[in-house]
Amino acid sequence: MAATTETIEQVKQATGKYKYGFVTDIETDKAPKGLNEDIIRFISAKKDEPEWMLDWRLKAFRRWQTMSSPDWAKLDIPPIDYQDSYYYSAPKSAEKLKSLDEVDPELLATYEKLGIPLNEQKMLANVAVDAVFDSVSVATTFREELSKAGVIFCPISEAIRDYPELVRRYLGSVVPVGDNYFAALNSAVFTDGSFVYIPKGVRCPMELSTYFRINEQNTGQFERTLIIAEDESYVSYLEGCTAPQRDENQLHAAVVELVALKDAEIKYSTVQNWYPGDENGKGGIYNFVTKRGVCRGDRSKISWTQVETGSAITWKYPSCVLRGKDSVGEFYSVALTNNMQQADTGTKMIHIGEGSRSTIISKGISAGRSQNCYRGLVHMQPTAEDARNFTQCDSLLIGDKCGAHTVPYIVSRNPSAKIEHEATTSRISEDQLFYCLQRGIGEEDAVSLIVNGFCKEVMKELPMEFAVEAQKLIGISLEGSVG
Amino acid sequence: MTALLEIRDLHASVGETPILKGINLTINAGEVHAIMGPNGSGKSTMSYVLAGRDGYEVTGGDILMNGESMLEMEPDERARAGMFLAFQYPVELPGVGGMSFLRAAVNARRVEAGEEEIDQLGFVKIVREKARLLGISDEMLKRAVNVGFSGGEKKRYEILQMALLEPRMAVLDETDSGLDVDALRIVSEGVNLLRDPGRAMLVITHYQRLLNHIVPDYVHILAGGRVRKTGGKELALEVEESGYAGIDDAA
Repeated sequence: MAATTETIEQVKQATGKYKYGFVTDIETDKAPKGLNEDIIRFISAKKDEPEWMLDWRLKAFRRWQTMSSPDWAKLDIPPIDYQDSYYYSAPKSAEKLKSLDEVDPELLATYEKLGIPLNEQKMLANVAVDAVFDSVSVATTFREELSKAGVIFCPISEAIRDYPELVRRYLGSVVPVGDNYFAALNSAVFTDGSFVYIPKGVRCPMELSTYFRINEQNTGQFERTLIIAEDESYVSYLEGCTAPQRDENQLHAAVVELVALKDAEIKYSTVQNWYPGDENGKGGIYNFVTKRGVCRGDRSKISWTQVETGSAITWKYPSCVLRGKDSVGEFYSVALTNNMQQADTGTKMIHIGEGSRSTIISKGISAGRSQNCYRGLVHMQPTAEDARNFTQCDSLLIGDKCGAHTVPYIVSRNPSAKIEHEATTSRISEDQLFYCLQRGIGEEDAVSLIVNGFCKEVMKELPMEFAVEAQKLIGISLEGSVG
Repeated sequence: MTALLEIRDLHASVGETPILKGINLTINAGEVHAIMGPNGSGKSTMSYVLAGRDGYEVTGGDILMNGESMLEMEPDERARAGMFLAFQYPVELPGVGGMSFLRAAVNARRVEAGEEEIDQLGFVKIVREKARLLGISDEMLKRAVNVGFSGGEKKRYEILQMALLEPRMAVLDETDSGLDVDALRIVSEGVNLLRDPGRAMLVITHYQRLLNHIVPDYVHILAGGRVRKTGGKELALEVEESGYAGIDDAA
């Protein structure tokens, strides 16, 4: 049976008996291949979504159909057949392994190097955890503490059902459905993600991490995150994991939206270590992400910190729209590429508010035959009286077959705005390497030390528990890049 | 008795240019040897060849440490086997914290020796103690390796590393260059504290004044890539008086 016919049949079966295409009880746990309005109805029905959500998805899908994949980045992206993918499969609980002995030793070796505790290793590798470390109860404990503070932290699919007015008000308010090709696709077919709401005056009592959303791990390839910080609130959110994650989906197109109201602060940290493909560029994840935050209120602050070593192709520009008076945007980034990886990444700082300030610190490391491009926009709008930006953009090359590129866009429509841009490109010097070697430090450790030194300004912005693992991750990602 | 370091008819080139043209030198444990020579005589080349730096190619002869050839060993392997080089121009490592660097070096050696890695707390204590003797402040230890250090601070930091790594064979390359009288005294005292019956030192210098502080057992004059003359500490004074002129003729 042709894929499309199969799709129609299955969707009919699933949704036929309901006038609006909603179903609450469907046996099928996988939609057929392909992407069309029926599939979107199927997804929405599967998730038991209200009608406005389905309409929103359909609107996004129709926009997406009129758009084309962006081609301005310095990336060589093989053509993607969007009709040859599955857009819905129920979170499968893969059969638990009995012990770590059954896990791929290579995976375990990497966990070991990262210093991941045994119980966490088990969890990551899908081994049944013992009673001492019951992940579900850990998650529950955290939820209780959060709800005491009035913080909402739940899967976005749950939020759509339980907090529809909040979701309707803010979803798509920062990244509109038609913002770009991948954002439109995500809006149409997103599977799940996180929803965070911090009420007025609340300082979130702990770092929120996707890690604690244990039972919601399988959010799939189209993750959607929405974080709202009300007046005078604060939240720090950690995304990702240093442990290598195996994933069958090649295309990941996530959308993250942040809203900071008056005097609120959101700190968003990411460690990304998706499968980068092999030495010859075979396989690997395409990571096409739209992340944007808006500082709506006066004196609000949004800070992006990212350490990215994974994915075959990265297309990602976490941005800040600085609308509030004296609002602050920050972007701290380490992007490391090795072997055949390609990254086109940077940020956008859109200054609208008077006295708004932004800081961009970008550290790009290229090794192997990889290509690493920083692309960043600083835009001072006419209203951005006395706004300021400082950008520092450093590239480090390892070996002589990789590339580092810097493409800054600077637009100033206000004569009182101040913009500073500093950029350097360097190599790991032979002097530095020899100095470390002469002290008895092995070559790979030496490179790791030097590269971590190069990234220090960014690493120190990471929350402590992430920073240590991220440091090791840098070393591991560079293995085999010298000598 | 096997010599700690034996250099046999050593020839080495940098690129196509032969620099060392047959050096013979035997250094026993507990001894301090000085190598003096004019600019371009091959002094620094010799230190890099001993340390195994890339680009310094041995074209003939051998270097033996405790009777075993080091020629096939990588620089880090030589270091862990006990070879230490105090650099003439210590290298800056921006962003690399001093303590993590020093600990990585010490632990690399411990792991090789089958010992346990030293933990951070215990290590900080040891470093502070040794640093105090060299007039290195806690503040300086917190900075990135050699970044923003004065010339004198860099040299003291080299000696601190030597004190921590406890090498069998220490090569000091123009440790006196760029030091004022006070700094020279501090550095020399630090080195003298490390003199030990189990350890040998090779002090490379252009000037005799360092040898007033670090008194050598033997002095060798290097010129044109060969050892032209060997004597006791008084040879350094001769050179101080009459210069290097005429040394070539003595060969």
